[in-house]
Amino acid sequence: MTDSAFAVVRAGALTTVQDLGRAGHAHLGVPRSGALDEPALRLANRLVGNPEGAAALETTLTGCAVRLRRAATVAVTGAPCPVTVDGRPAAWGAPVRVPAGALVEAGAATHGVRAYVAFDGGVEAERVLGSRSTDVLSGLGPAPLADGAVLRLGAPYGPAPAVDAAPCPGPPRELVLPVVLGPRQDWFTPRALRTLATGGFRVSAASNRIGLRTEGPALERARDGELPSEGMVLGALQVPPDGRPVLFLADHPTTGGYPVVGVVPESHLPAAAQAVPGTALRFAPRHVR
Amino acid sequence: MTGPDGTARVRGLPVGDRALLLEVDTGEAAQALHAELLRRAGAGTLPAVREIVPAARTVLLDGVADPRRLAAEVARWEIPPLTGGDGDTVEVPVRYDGPDLADVAELWGVAPQEVARIHSGTEFRVAFCGFAPGFCYLTGLPDHRHVPRRATPRTRVPAGSVALAGPYTGVYPRSSPGGWQLIGTTDAVLWDTARDPAALLSPGTRVRFVPERTAGAARTPHAGKEASA
Repeated sequence: MTDSAFAVVRAGALTTVQDLGRAGHAHLGVPRSGALDEPALRLANRLVGNPEGAAALETTLTGCAVRLRRAATVAVTGAPCPVTVDGRPAAWGAPVRVPAGALVEAGAATHGVRAYVAFDGGVEAERVLGSRSTDVLSGLGPAPLADGAVLRLGAPYGPAPAVDAAPCPGPPRELVLPVVLGPRQDWFTPRALRTLATGGFRVSAASNRIGLRTEGPALERARDGELPSEGMVLGALQVPPDGRPVLFLADHPTTGGYPVVGVVPESHLPAAAQAVPGTALRFAPRHVR
Repeated sequence: MTGPDGTARVRGLPVGDRALLLEVDTGEAAQALHAELLRRAGAGTLPAVREIVPAARTVLLDGVADPRRLAAEVARWEIPPLTGGDGDTVEVPVRYDGPDLADVAELWGVAPQEVARIHSGTEFRVAFCGFAPGFCYLTGLPDHRHVPRRATPRTRVPAGSVALAGPYTGVYPRSSPGGWQLIGTTDAVLWDTARDPAALLSPGTRVRFVPERTAGAARTPHAGKEASA
């Protein structure tokens, strides 16, 4: 009853521990990391009575399954998926009371990419620089889940709130991302900036927690040469030599030498993180206010 | 490049709605700007920012409420040049035994043992970090000692490799691919999250490389396992 461990029965394609990340260390080369769909993580935590920044599991496309040794309140948010407890259907987007010994499974996402599985008490992995997040770029934080791994839960914070279900926005069928142009839009031809505004892009299957890669038209540079390395922000739209923009997500490198044509505001990144490969993608550039 | 009054010109480039990239003309000016930003942050006279990220010619301020206003303010600052003596110097012990030592000696037009003497006689300063946690770009070598990257990067550079590329010296905190010229090896631990601070070096740190006594080929491979800086 007091055993706080849980065992990973099915780790899925990529399941990691995520909280709100480790901001404040970019000058040392440490990515911010943290949940890609932050509102979904915060919601899952609220549903089980945790502080919003507690650590939970972030799954990728195929979900995951864990066996709990203590009774727990569990909530699954983010990408909609079938939730089962010992094989019986349970609610998605709502707190579910699970007995000790039960197998909790978040199935494959019906749409969207990343589901968040929160437990009351949170996932109790070791903190690195203040965060329990797995950073896939630099390897900080707990390792991605593997079948048979055993993790621990923290002590519950208190009673979960009385709630039946919470509304969650569904992932979009088409992704439209505003882009604030700069700081290096002058590295691109006027035609490239028109292409950015009018081109039909798609989300590439090569996307990951570091960046959303695009397929579609290439952006043509107005100048050759290398940009001396400079600091990179979350949401930067960096254009490598092949001309295909890469949208930087939570595990992005902190500095880079390819020009950033513009920046997608943070409030639009959760939708980007939920866009499955092949999703139609358009950009809506605007000049900085 | 400096303005008519001798002060460095700082251009402020907004980065999205919440960040500002401050750009100057030289690496030295970027280090001076970074030092001034840290001084003002320490004195409480810089608006709240989440990250201050120096790089080759820029300093990024991320998590800024009003980037335009801050850009206008920074443009009015007088930025004092870097001074030589401030701050502690970290000593990094090195065995100058890297596989590219002969190539670097040839590029410099000196004997291999001279590379060790010149490199260890230089005072370095951490200009910025990146690439991996704990990887720092150190400046200090004069222009005529700058070297190109390897034509073909190595798929694996061992942790602790002391390396040169362009104007920079760096130490690989862990094994990774890399194209820098390897001149030596250190047992110093550049990055250890069980330690506070995790990073041995951070932007602005002064660094000296200290040659380890090696009795030719007879050196013991396990000497000095602990971080000795």
